[in-house]
Amino acid sequence: MSENFYNDNRNLKFHLNHPLMKKIIRMRERDFSDARQYDYAPTDFEDALDSYDKVLEVVGEICGSILAPKAEDIDHEGVKVVDHAVVYAQGTAETYQAMNTAGLFGMALPRKYNGLNFSMMPYVMSAEIVSRADGGFANIWGLQECAETILEFATDEVKAQFLPRVAAGESMAMDLTEPDAGSDLQAVQLKATLDEKGVWRLNGVKRFITNGDADISLVLARSEEGTKDGRGLSLFIYDRKDKAMKVRRVENKLGIKGSPTCELVFSNAPAVLVGDRKLGLIKYVMSLMNGARLGVGAQSVGIAEATYREALKYAHEREQFGKPIIQFPAVYAMLSDMSTKITAMRSLLYETVRAVDIYKIYNSIAEERKLEKEERDEQKYYSRKADLYTPLLKLISSEYCNQVAYDSIQIFGGTGFMKDFPVERHYRDARITTIYEGTSQLQVVAAIRGVGNGAFVNFIREYETQNIRPEMEPLRQQLMAMTAQYEEAVQHAHDLNCGESWDFLARRMVEMAGNIIIGYLLILDSERDNYYEDAARIFIRKAEAENAEKHCYIMHFDAEDLGIFKISE
Amino acid sequence: MSFRIIVLAKQVPDTRNVGKDAMKEDGTVNRAALPAIFNPEDLNALELALRIKDSIKDAEIQIVTMGPFRAAEIIRESIFRGADGGFLITDRKFAGSDTLATSYALSLAVEKLRPFDLVIAGRQAIDGDTAQVGPQTAEKLNLPQITYTEDVIAVDEKSITLKRRLERGIEIVKTSYPAMITVHSSAPECRPRNVKRMMKFKHARTVHELQDENKDYTELRNRCPYLDIPEWTVADLNADEVRLGLSGSPTKVKKIDNVVLAHKDSVSLTNSESEIEALMKELIDTHIVG
Repeated sequence: MSENFYNDNRNLKFHLNHPLMKKIIRMRERDFSDARQYDYAPTDFEDALDSYDKVLEVVGEICGSILAPKAEDIDHEGVKVVDHAVVYAQGTAETYQAMNTAGLFGMALPRKYNGLNFSMMPYVMSAEIVSRADGGFANIWGLQECAETILEFATDEVKAQFLPRVAAGESMAMDLTEPDAGSDLQAVQLKATLDEKGVWRLNGVKRFITNGDADISLVLARSEEGTKDGRGLSLFIYDRKDKAMKVRRVENKLGIKGSPTCELVFSNAPAVLVGDRKLGLIKYVMSLMNGARLGVGAQSVGIAEATYREALKYAHEREQFGKPIIQFPAVYAMLSDMSTKITAMRSLLYETVRAVDIYKIYNSIAEERKLEKEERDEQKYYSRKADLYTPLLKLISSEYCNQVAYDSIQIFGGTGFMKDFPVERHYRDARITTIYEGTSQLQVVAAIRGVGNGAFVNFIREYETQNIRPEMEPLRQQLMAMTAQYEEAVQHAHDLNCGESWDFLARRMVEMAGNIIIGYLLILDSERDNYYEDAARIFIRKAEAENAEKHCYIMHFDAEDLGIFKISE
Repeated sequence: MSFRIIVLAKQVPDTRNVGKDAMKEDGTVNRAALPAIFNPEDLNALELALRIKDSIKDAEIQIVTMGPFRAAEIIRESIFRGADGGFLITDRKFAGSDTLATSYALSLAVEKLRPFDLVIAGRQAIDGDTAQVGPQTAEKLNLPQITYTEDVIAVDEKSITLKRRLERGIEIVKTSYPAMITVHSSAPECRPRNVKRMMKFKHARTVHELQDENKDYTELRNRCPYLDIPEWTVADLNADEVRLGLSGSPTKVKKIDNVVLAHKDSVSLTNSESEIEALMKELIDTHIVG
């Protein structure tokens, strides 16, 4: 029985058909001018959206009928290093080939580089679908996202050299982390030096590199001798064809075992500079990371979807005390909570993607012509929204993913603890999502700015004034009360006048804002399709209680309290 | 000189997932209740053709399918996967054709596409399971036939070496061209649709489909003539009408029984890995599980 992970999930079509897509596609396609030059380019909005839909169907088919059935074997087989090179599990290699035959690399690249010129929306949606089939494969496939950074910042010559190769299915990696530079990338030491012929040479070690043995790697390296911080780092492209990098080992991990995590040794490896020197970390890697965080958001939704479906099926089938366990309040309470979390994180995911889509398209239009004032304002607006929502999304979706995976095993009971069902794999795969591409704690550091400067409240006010049906009005009232409560808590934290207390309370404040934002997103979703009404009700009910707790905690907090939390031994 | 491969493919009701209303009261298949799909072994045949195309310069693949207007879907699906074009044989006068009449019509269509090098088809269609149409077509065209093909061992412009999957083993066969090949389900699965081809050819239609959809594709088709899927009628094939449809079909269905599987005998197994594996294999092969 062949399954299709796109067709069997109505939520995807719902988000694909968001009203803003018309604007996004029209802008992305520059009023459909490519149609004259490329036979696969759309002629109008309907044509483009239809292509998105059909392509997602292909993604859904490959993921449902090829990848998902292999996920268990991939998990068991893992990855190997043979002669200093990575060998994927068989299922990974086969799926990679299928994805490439289908032409699913270079999805977001312009057509002049043989890409599909898709907006971020279907691309991220594909990442969600892939993740549902196999969380580890999502990394390998999703790293094509690195091409965005080349597209945005490299010279035309470099773009022409590498981007068509990405579209032809060559794999990518981003080599940032080192043994002593994890969360703090300013400490990167891998050295880049110009040789006598003017070629950059890389020397040093990278660690924990996902898909490290890729065809094309982006490498963060210290190009400015004698510097110690982020301003001495530049970004380079290393081409595997140059055979000057060896995989020393791959890590033995808790989850996403099909995704190789490599330790790499660069020995005088030739490399090409991306963009300008010294902007490696402060500009390019920031952009790279934002893309990767969006990817983890999609991965989190995908894994949660996969594990929830297993739990739901089991709860229907498993009978105890003479009836299916789904009929017990203790069980359906959990399932509805899981399902609502997935709906919530998906809404936040695609709201974020739309913002990313629009500001990135403006960025690329700005390279072609000067933007009008109105366009620049929009560009700024969506860019700010994307910058703020991306860490919020990464934080909330990865945490939810873990909670859903945890509850899935709980619903399976003892059976779920065994290796006989995929929920234990989902649980292990989920665990990394709150850690890599910036831990949850670091997402809070990024998102708390939106609390401090009032940006979250501004976005909330916008949602607040949208037209909704009268029956949803009570929910809006609840959210408005929650907003007042949030502002009160933030004011209190602010009035403590203590940076450390602010940091200490940061996560609670960010999560309060997140709850309100998601509440509104679900109300707006149910305006378009009343299928989402239940999710809105369930979510806001719980969010209200959660925010009350956080509010209470913050209001009762005093700067002097910090002392009792400090572990002295 | 190009190398032409003709793939014969059929749209069939999906008999693998039958529900209660799969059969009508008179014992015939209720086609409306079953989704129409690409006959699975024809997809294996298409993949074999694509692999041959991958290794021979300037090879082209043309699909021939016979059926109602909507069967043009088979041609589109094939083009999305890498076929170069296709022809829909469609005419009310073909209705009721058995394997003999069908192979007659197909052989005329293949004749029209001469010169060709290979004709490739699935071993059998899941709605009839006869495995006759391929061999009958080969006979009418006077082609050597290699049935039950599982894989290509070697291929070039002069000859092809194939592996046949037989009941008690395998057989390696080499042939020159032209030849007819039928492909077994154990052959490699068909590759996925290529999305660029899909976007390029998604508007490909036959004339009748355009009429049915009531859409004006004139501008598009003038600009992109490759979007035309030709239809061939009895007249186009110059067929002898007596040899078509019911009159051309000696097969007469006298009676159809609903078979209810009943418990007949039991088998005892020991607790050994090999016997359990054999049982599982049998259950999977007979579609009781899986």
